Amino acid sequence: MASKTHISVDKEFLVNEVLRNESVELPPDTERKLKYVRRDKVKVPVVFIGTGSCGLISGAGGTLEEAKKYLSERNIGAEIVETGCTGFCSMEPMVEVQLPGKTRISFRHVTPEKLPFILDGIFNNIVPEEHAIGQYKNKSLEPWKNVAFIEELPYYTLQYRNLMKNWGRINPYSIEEYIASGGYRPYVKIIRNYTHAEVCDIVEKSGLQGRGGGGFLTGKKWKVAHAVIADQRYLLCNADESDPGGFANRAMIESDPHRLIEGILIAAYAVGTSKAWISIRNDYRIAIDRLERAIERARDYGLVGHNVFNSGFNIDIIIRKGPGAFVCGEETAMINSLEGKRGMPRPKPPYPAVSGLFGKPTVVNNVETLSNIPAIFENGPDWFNEIGNESAKGTKILVLSGKIINHGVIEVPLGTKVKDLVFVAGQGIPDNKEFKAVQVGGPSGGFLAGEDIDVPYDFQSLASKGVYMGSGGMVVLDQECCIIDTVKYFMNFIQQESCGKCIPCREGTGRMLEVFENITKRPVDEDRHSTLERFKGVMQLENLAGVIKDTSLCGLGQKAPNTVISSLNYFREEYEEHIFDRKCTAGVCRELRLYYISVDKCTGCTICAQKCPESAIIGTKRHPFFIVEEKCTGCGICYDVCKFNAISVK
Amino acid sequence: MDERTSAILAKYPRGHRDCLIPILQDIQEFFGYLSEASLVEVGRYLDLPAGKIFGLATFYNQFRFEPAGRYHIRLCHGTSCHVSESARIIRELEKILGIRPGQTSRDGMFSMELVACMGACHLAPLIQVNEVHHTSIKPEDLKDIIDSYIHGEEE
Amino acid sequence: MFVKIEVNNKLIKARKGETIMSALESNGIMIPSICAMKDFTPTGACRMCVVEIEGKQGLVPSCSEPVNEWMKIKTHSPRVIRSRKTIVELLLSNHPDDCLYCDRNGSCELQGLAEDLNVRERRIVGKKNKYKLDHSSPAIVRDPAKCILCGRCVRMCDERLAVFTLDFINRGNSTIIGTACNKDLNFSNCISCGQCIMVCPTGALFEKDCLPEVEDALHNSDKNVIIQYDPSVGVALAEEFGLKPGKDISGLIHAALRKIGFDKVFDTSFAADLVTTELSHQLVARKKQKVKKPLLSSCCPAWIKFAEQSCTDILSDISSCKSPQQMLGAVIKTVYPGISGFDPGSIFSVAVTPCTAKKFEAQREEMTKKGLSDIDAVLTTRQLARLIKLYGIDMSQVEPEIADEPYGVRSSSGKLFGCAGGMTESVMRTLPWAAGGKDPEPSRIAELRGIKGKKEAVLKIGKTSYKFAVISGLANALPVLETIRAGTCDYDFIEIMACAGGCINGGGQPIGADENVVKARMKALYGLDEKEIIRLAQKNPKICELYDDFLGGPLSEKSRDVLHTTYSVRKVLL
Repeated sequence: MASKTHISVDKEFLVNEVLRNESVELPPDTERKLKYVRRDKVKVPVVFIGTGSCGLISGAGGTLEEAKKYLSERNIGAEIVETGCTGFCSMEPMVEVQLPGKTRISFRHVTPEKLPFILDGIFNNIVPEEHAIGQYKNKSLEPWKNVAFIEELPYYTLQYRNLMKNWGRINPYSIEEYIASGGYRPYVKIIRNYTHAEVCDIVEKSGLQGRGGGGFLTGKKWKVAHAVIADQRYLLCNADESDPGGFANRAMIESDPHRLIEGILIAAYAVGTSKAWISIRNDYRIAIDRLERAIERARDYGLVGHNVFNSGFNIDIIIRKGPGAFVCGEETAMINSLEGKRGMPRPKPPYPAVSGLFGKPTVVNNVETLSNIPAIFENGPDWFNEIGNESAKGTKILVLSGKIINHGVIEVPLGTKVKDLVFVAGQGIPDNKEFKAVQVGGPSGGFLAGEDIDVPYDFQSLASKGVYMGSGGMVVLDQECCIIDTVKYFMNFIQQESCGKCIPCREGTGRMLEVFENITKRPVDEDRHSTLERFKGVMQLENLAGVIKDTSLCGLGQKAPNTVISSLNYFREEYEEHIFDRKCTAGVCRELRLYYISVDKCTGCTICAQKCPESAIIGTKRHPFFIVEEKCTGCGICYDVCKFNAISVK
Repeated sequence: MDERTSAILAKYPRGHRDCLIPILQDIQEFFGYLSEASLVEVGRYLDLPAGKIFGLATFYNQFRFEPAGRYHIRLCHGTSCHVSESARIIRELEKILGIRPGQTSRDGMFSMELVACMGACHLAPLIQVNEVHHTSIKPEDLKDIIDSYIHGEEE
Repeated sequence: MFVKIEVNNKLIKARKGETIMSALESNGIMIPSICAMKDFTPTGACRMCVVEIEGKQGLVPSCSEPVNEWMKIKTHSPRVIRSRKTIVELLLSNHPDDCLYCDRNGSCELQGLAEDLNVRERRIVGKKNKYKLDHSSPAIVRDPAKCILCGRCVRMCDERLAVFTLDFINRGNSTIIGTACNKDLNFSNCISCGQCIMVCPTGALFEKDCLPEVEDALHNSDKNVIIQYDPSVGVALAEEFGLKPGKDISGLIHAALRKIGFDKVFDTSFAADLVTTELSHQLVARKKQKVKKPLLSSCCPAWIKFAEQSCTDILSDISSCKSPQQMLGAVIKTVYPGISGFDPGSIFSVAVTPCTAKKFEAQREEMTKKGLSDIDAVLTTRQLARLIKLYGIDMSQVEPEIADEPYGVRSSSGKLFGCAGGMTESVMRTLPWAAGGKDPEPSRIAELRGIKGKKEAVLKIGKTSYKFAVISGLANALPVLETIRAGTCDYDFIEIMACAGGCINGGGQPIGADENVVKARMKALYGLDEKEIIRLAQKNPKICELYDDFLGGPLSEKSRDVLHTTYSVRKVLL
């Protein structure tokens, strides 16, 4: 637990001197005090440990215990601060240390065993360089020698940290640190001085587009809902992220929950609602805890509740745990889920902004969209409008994963080239393997490969390549990944996660999956008729994709064929190879694998022959065995059981 | 009427359908699964037919209708894990435990669940047994992991 | 207010706010649909009704999209037709290919769509659905493999019946429709009304077949096979033979049934007269005892099952009278042997009904006596048509005949039982007599006619006035039942029919009937009443004979034994 020793200010001070002060610059005296709250300056050494989900899974819990033990055993008057994540997942567990007067320095893979060594060094002014990631630039502090600046690392150079400004820097449980970093001031100013329409106007002017889906102008959406005459309106924050490979929202909430809450509060004011709901994925235990605590603190500060700061604005925030369904990311499905129904999308119109939750006008915004709001008011809409390119404004949070060196969450201006994301921020493919493709946007997204990875990362440019931005997931595939297998994986996901309501999505994705299952299966005993059927299936893929896209009820279905279509664009040969040659070059499609036994290595132990379910391995004891290709189904059991590595894939 | 169920229900207003999912979540949290009797009881409290509640509960991944095992194993099946061959992990685990995702082993020791993404892609593939994560695992590691829990139980 | 829209390059007028589909239909353009149901809000699930709208990215479902001024619509562009055809092909791709063996062969909407969209080749191949056939219910069979998940049965059960037996279960490709906890139908709260069958586009729901048993009995020379048929069968069967709806062919039915080989042909309307007299006396007695709560009708077996499950607190207020079918069944097995000389054990009693719940009712334990059930087999109107076709009878050449005596004789009041409100009308005609007064001149009681969900009427006999209510469509009963529980209900008698419009719209009637057909059937029944000489139940000579010779009188000990029944609480998953 973070101690509060460094905080020299109290609630009264923050409310009266900071939040109620509406001038752009705070008085120098106030600012000086806040510097310590923000830890721009520290009086005692501070050890920061990232305890977001990814940190904890990587073992940060042990590191934290070890750090506490270390400090108490040696009687060092240092402070331990638990932060969210810094975004640099592949470095977890990460520990950062800030000594008084020195810049903050960051260390990678700090397991409990390594911690004493690192701390020993740093407290004696020696940097264990092999463990250091880098140090943060700060002109007023003395830098460490021979340590790179984090801002200059390739992982960071492309980044523009606006939403991620506080990540890893502040204690997510501390509202004081958020306020000291400028938080909640825009909100208080807005509710005391601005009309609802003005707020909508400013957001519209900033050019902020919804980050969850189609890229609709957020300010416009708010205006529609605000214009509907109703006794109650609702704001709904979609934190029900269930993309496989996407966890940016979780990291956002775990690292800086107050930013989201401030965004929700401003949006609620703009729309004119007194009730905001957050639907958050049930699995996100830590994020839920931090969110709940943050709302509690905000309520304690009078930022949430009745007649906030005497402005006449009433607001309550309710957290609902999403019981797990990908389709509930669709706004009408989420509304059904909140009403206690099956999360099946409703036909639009009526749009939720007109008739949504309980039949009332409802604005549904994504976590990232809402988190963008405070900064727009802090720095002005023009500032926001200048980030990004002509078609898309602001920044976007991405998750880099798959076969890539730097795994993690990054924030870049919209319009950054995909290629740079992979090869600069991600540092390319590990083990000198070849880049094959990047899967953008999860199940609704699609592949980019070849020269097309030169495309700017924004809504329109991606759409022109048939790819959808989705939640911001980016999974890099190398030569050892099979495209067919990856598409099969996504189709399997979609056909499970389809709500089952409309026929094209329910049946169409199911049939598509079957086509992929068929072409990744070995033709054991396949007669002519079934061969013909298999070909027919593949020939139908494009037609099916077109119809599913054209006719599906909701975004999930309409975007379901994207992966298939884009894979057909780039990897037609790979399809043909699977269909005609029954071969998977990447060697991923198990059932297409051809195994053989090396005569040199086989000792004739018979174990493989015994375990083979098809009795496809024959031979004489103590002599090399061999595999009858016609019988082999490619199950790979022999490969797994062989103790002599005598079996390999052809 | 089960007292523990009534205590959960009492936290929510009567007849409000929008409380259905939170109620079911609480019941599952407490009992580990949703029993037939609890569905009927919730239905009576919220004035909803049991059929509708069952229909709703089967829609969402979270709800289960048989008790989870003493060791509940969650397998990450995100994209990153998939490209790191999590399919083999799933298959291997199915083989070792003799159950499929969503099922509980006969002795009530283990149950299995597939999860879309645990958000630890740099550690793929990974599984979670109760609260413990096993990361960057290989199919051949599974036997030892499972054995460690069986032995832990015997001691 | 009208707006102009452009459809296939032609301007048409549409009412502001209406959906594209309704605008197109009133302009003679048919748009196919699977999930759309008249008078239900659109769900937009099937995507068959999509049209192309200029400026929109994807295709738009015409069932839910409202018209806009100057909207440019293409209803049958290549893109639209490709989509519709592919959707049908998708449904066919995993559908069991057993049309020739299917109950709905010929009346299947999926078959029709495949025909209309010219599906001639299996382009999309899928794994066939494999599910267990649910045979558990005595009335309704479910074949989930044939279910195309349009959700029509779910909405019918929820919105019209308020029984909530069915719902979607699971998600995505493994979605099915099933009961609470996916139990078999017989263990669910299904009331067997069969309205789900009426809206099912395919053969996923159909009634239990008992033709083989009937055939066996017909072929068995030791059996005396007696058949009775319901008044609403008489006015609906014609549709099965391609005739215009709204024609009573009772005469032809008598003749056809005799040709098939039934030994006696009776009319259930006779027993309806019996119900009327018994019920009227019950009502008078209840009024004398000053019972505050209303008497509830008992003729609809679906309503009875619903009450036994969900209204256990008011079971004692339901009339103990058996339904007409069961009354006649009981009379045939107890009284008729004395008249005809048949051995009760040799009688095989068949009832033709417009109802699937009657199949359930016939199996009730209360409906057996000394090991003999009142009714041995129940056929629906559809199954009767099948039987007639099976025996090669050309209905166009049959000459009408009259039913057998004694139980073929009936008043026209008995015929009215087929419509919701008919029973009440009949009781209102007989009540003055039962109260010891004079017979009224039977006139039509206009407020009880028509297909409204709730109808009311008042009858004054001397100083006492009786207040009646008629409910059809079980969902409409719920508010009234609440008032009974609250003690604020001031009706004396409530007729409750599960199906909207009553038996003429029952779950065993010919498939594909819309509101106009139901109205036509209703008109036919009321038409019979206009022309008839005997229009009062108590004037039915055979009823008088039955009371005089055997039962003694209404509500006598004997008639209580034969004509009345009991109800008990049913435990099902609610």
